[in-house]
Amino acid sequence: MTSTLNPPATSTTVQVPTTRVDAIAKVTGQARYAAEYDLDRMAFGFIVQARIARGTIVAIEDAVALAMPGVLAVIDYRNAPRLSDAGDAELQLLQSERVYYRGEVVALVIAESSEQARAAAEALPISYAEADHDVLFRTDHPEIYTPEKVNPNFPSESSVGNVDGAFDAAEVRVQAWYSTPAEHNNPLEPHATTAQWDGDELTVYDSNQGASSVHSTLCKLFDLPRGRVHVRSEHVGGGFGSKGSARPTVVLAPMASKLLDRPVRVTMTRQQMFALVGYRTPTIQQVRLAADHTGRLHALDHLAYSQTSRIVEFAEQTAVMSRVMYATPNLRTRHRLLALDVPTPRWMRAPGEAPGSFALESAMDELAAELQLDPVELRIRNEPDFEPDGGRPFSSRNLVSCLLEGSDRFGWRERDPRPGIRRDGRWLLGTGVASSTYPARNAPSSCAITARADGSFEVRITAADLGTGARTALTQLAAESLGVGLADIELRIGDSDFGQAMIAGGSMGTASWGWAIDKAARQLRGQLDASGGAVPPEGLSVTSNTRAEIDAQADVVRHGFGAQFVEVAVDPRSGEVRVPRMLGVFAVGRIVNPTTARSQLIGGMTWGLSMALFEESIMDVEFGDYLNHDLAGYHVASNADVGAIEVAWVEEHDEQTNPTGIKGIGEIGIVGTAAAIANAVWHATGHRQRALPIRPDRILNSANAAG
Amino acid sequence: MRSFAYQRATEPESALAARAANADSRYLGGGTNLVDLMKLGVETPDLLIDVTSLSLTDITETSDGGVRIGAGVRNSDLAAHPLIRRRYPAIAQAILSGASGQLRNLATVGGNLMQRTRCAYFTDVTKPCNKRDPGSGCPARTGEHHNLAILGGSTHCIATSPSDLAVALVACDAVVHVREGSDSIERAVPIDSFRTLPGNHPERETSVDPAALITALSLPALPIAAASHYRKVRERASYAFAIGSIAAAIEVRDGVVTDSRIAYGAVAPVPWRAHRAEAELLGKPAGIEAFEFAADTELSAAQPLPGNAYKLGLIRNLTVDVLSKLSGVTR
Ligand SMILES: Cc1cc2nc3c(=O)[nH]c(=O)nc-3n(C[C@H](O)[C@H](O)[C@H](O)COP(=O)(O)OP(=O)(O)OC[C@H]3O[C@@H](n4cnc5c(N)ncnc54)[C@H](O)[C@@H]3O)c2cc1C
Ligand code: SF4
Repeated sequence: MTSTLNPPATSTTVQVPTTRVDAIAKVTGQARYAAEYDLDRMAFGFIVQARIARGTIVAIEDAVALAMPGVLAVIDYRNAPRLSDAGDAELQLLQSERVYYRGEVVALVIAESSEQARAAAEALPISYAEADHDVLFRTDHPEIYTPEKVNPNFPSESSVGNVDGAFDAAEVRVQAWYSTPAEHNNPLEPHATTAQWDGDELTVYDSNQGASSVHSTLCKLFDLPRGRVHVRSEHVGGGFGSKGSARPTVVLAPMASKLLDRPVRVTMTRQQMFALVGYRTPTIQQVRLAADHTGRLHALDHLAYSQTSRIVEFAEQTAVMSRVMYATPNLRTRHRLLALDVPTPRWMRAPGEAPGSFALESAMDELAAELQLDPVELRIRNEPDFEPDGGRPFSSRNLVSCLLEGSDRFGWRERDPRPGIRRDGRWLLGTGVASSTYPARNAPSSCAITARADGSFEVRITAADLGTGARTALTQLAAESLGVGLADIELRIGDSDFGQAMIAGGSMGTASWGWAIDKAARQLRGQLDASGGAVPPEGLSVTSNTRAEIDAQADVVRHGFGAQFVEVAVDPRSGEVRVPRMLGVFAVGRIVNPTTARSQLIGGMTWGLSMALFEESIMDVEFGDYLNHDLAGYHVASNADVGAIEVAWVEEHDEQTNPTGIKGIGEIGIVGTAAAIANAVWHATGHRQRALPIRPDRILNSANAAG
Repeated sequence: MRSFAYQRATEPESALAARAANADSRYLGGGTNLVDLMKLGVETPDLLIDVTSLSLTDITETSDGGVRIGAGVRNSDLAAHPLIRRRYPAIAQAILSGASGQLRNLATVGGNLMQRTRCAYFTDVTKPCNKRDPGSGCPARTGEHHNLAILGGSTHCIATSPSDLAVALVACDAVVHVREGSDSIERAVPIDSFRTLPGNHPERETSVDPAALITALSLPALPIAAASHYRKVRERASYAFAIGSIAAAIEVRDGVVTDSRIAYGAVAPVPWRAHRAEAELLGKPAGIEAFEFAADTELSAAQPLPGNAYKLGLIRNLTVDVLSKLSGVTR
């Protein structure tokens, strides 16, 4: 470690495998989730969803529901409290009779029990004036447009040099279209909110990725001063992006609670989540690569189409990854968007990079085959010294180390590059590789630490632990920065009263919170040192905020990198694909807790496998919703699908990322996995799979097409 | 979910009487399909008659060398039974390829045979579906049908029957024993004619009275089945329904096929006994060509749609691969 800001390398708590600090609470059921706060006189709300994809509500016969046992109220656009703008039109629930997509919230039924609410919600007659809907994502739609920005705030287009000219003049060319389907986030814990008003003071227990963010949304929606809203999210059962911003239960529970003057809990069913919490947009992408015979890229052109809803523009940053990956004098990335009568796509683990890497890293493999060059070698030959798109330096970049380390561990060097020649019984065998990357950003956060007279410390930060182990990692970091043991730290998270902090998203949580904790800890240590270590009986408190430091950060490119290697077995006669072995090697800064870091990366890679082979939300064009809206119809990888997964990381000390040297590991594991699998399927069978998921019918059809 | 009453029957007669007295009642086996459908609003019984205490849980060898299986036998127990594993391995394999350990522990033989299709329109009450709501239409034909029928469907319905077990049972010439009223005696229905094709009435799925109680299954003595095999292809390695499956057995003497049993799953509204393929094979020299030709003969009646045409190739491949393996034929 070269930076003086970095903590001592002799840390006794960080980089030490550590069991989750909340493990006992979780396995014994003491950890409470948002739908487990039983409040006095609590009522239950159940969401009623639109059964048309576009049109207006004509009549809601609430008398039918109100006459049913236990029903307390029906809230719809006629009687719902008016909401102020919070910058997300999809949260303007029950404000108008317009319907923008099938599955939209059109009413909330509240009853004494959740069963009664559900029964009445299902019986509630609603009639509509239905208009024609348009839900079919395609690239030849006349309303395709270029968004101004793509998520979160990247320019939609970038261009260096002359891509078309270089492409036409090149010795070797590859160009292909790739597609990825809509995919749905399915955290184990469905979205849930329990809300309670005390006069004009609102408390919600909510399942989210950031209590701060939900807090500010609620303040805006209900026009409340910051001090009057309290968001508590102590334990969260997964989010994967779908809880990164306030979702409908957060709006509905307080609305209902206000109207009834009772605490109200609103939970979602699994099926409802397929319309109401976001999803990954389908994409259609074209990648064009041009190179000379030595394998040096002359042009990279990445064009990405995605969809959005008619009420909120969400533009997936699908092609942005291509701006940082490979050295080329001519580089162009473009995004196109189509607004349809569908729910708004939103963040899903590694938005942008997950679908984008499938196209880019598949195309690189196609180019390697065209050049008869090893795909690892091709990537190494195109390793850039600076950001290919803007020319900025990288804070650190160890893609090549990952590729080389991975090659050694995987046994890549012995690989015979020829496709379709290895057989084990009915299985054709192949191996594949792909690069991965994910930005390593930091966002301003605040933290408070109190030194207690007994020598222990209370750390308060509005962080979220979605099951990732963030609570444990932050405890480790706090102990390190304060120079004490884990047992001396009481870390409290998931409470908006602790001040503004970054959400658990964009792989920025631990990095951003860790920085704020580190800053507060240093301040506190300074004060303690000044006072000779004396702590007054009421304790000694400090607060920190990292905004100034983050604003002052140098303009460099901060990214984690990695290399994914997989082995597949394909039965070309049944179309079945198995993945017996995966290896991911990552360069992602300092690893705070090897135990949970390994789980995060394995989890990401498993998801990548799931994305490659199974996950697909099927748009029902006639009715306008996602047809397979439950876990029977929406397949995620089962245990039997997951073979041996090995995860490794290369040492990386990046003093420019942040003082703790953390890059974030929540998302990078999924990036590139699907491409590595598709590339391995090609190596096994000789057929390219350019559409995800690689279903048996696609394997069978490609075998047939090839004769 | 509609409120319902629950009653545990201890004799077939009382179960039958309760069922006959109330058209809105249903028998409850393990509940692994029925209760799911009730939660979805697809089934809305007001009375559940639990038939798991009817003492129909024996697996016994019959005097003619066959096996009788009580309708209440749990799927796991059937798969583990030595008589089944030894004499009808395809049945054990079919069961073990389905659902999960927990589900198989709960699921009964009767319930397995009667489980409903997994067509996504059928399970979504906000959409039309002729099977669930006769006359409302079949959106699957122009919509999502990649796992629906290529054989035996009608313009009114192309749902597939989901049971793995039933495919193996059809190949093994099983017989379903039912009682159709409290004063009736047991009636034997060959499994091949137990489930019916949709035709104009996809809401009807069996050839017996809707209130019939399945009491047992029987398997004939069938030496050929001792080397039977079930192969299932699905979209993930476990915990998924088939997109194509085959239960098969073959007997070859001096290189000539003297007998065979072939049934397909996930291609038709019923577990599909491939009579034409079997007839085609009889007396032919066992070999890839004959197997391919037999499969093609069976599939010549297929009416695939754009999304499920891949099943033709899949079934053909499975037929050839499984028959080759069973008869020791190599390419
Ligand atoms: C997640 C999941 C995955 C699954 N995967 C597979 C799979 O891969 N392959 C597969 O084959 N199956 C699969 N299944 C289905 C499973 O096999 C069936 O749900 C089970 O066999 C039904 O048996 P049961 O006893 O629980 O039936 P129940 O749900 O109790 O009843 C089903 C129907 O049978 C009727 N019934 C029950 N007993 C009798 C009787 N004695 N006489 C007349 N009618 C009766 C009921 O009235 C009801 O209509 C899966 C199920 C689930 C939930
Ligand atoms: S195929 Fe059958 S079950 Fe499916 S929608 Fe059509 S009628 Fe209903």
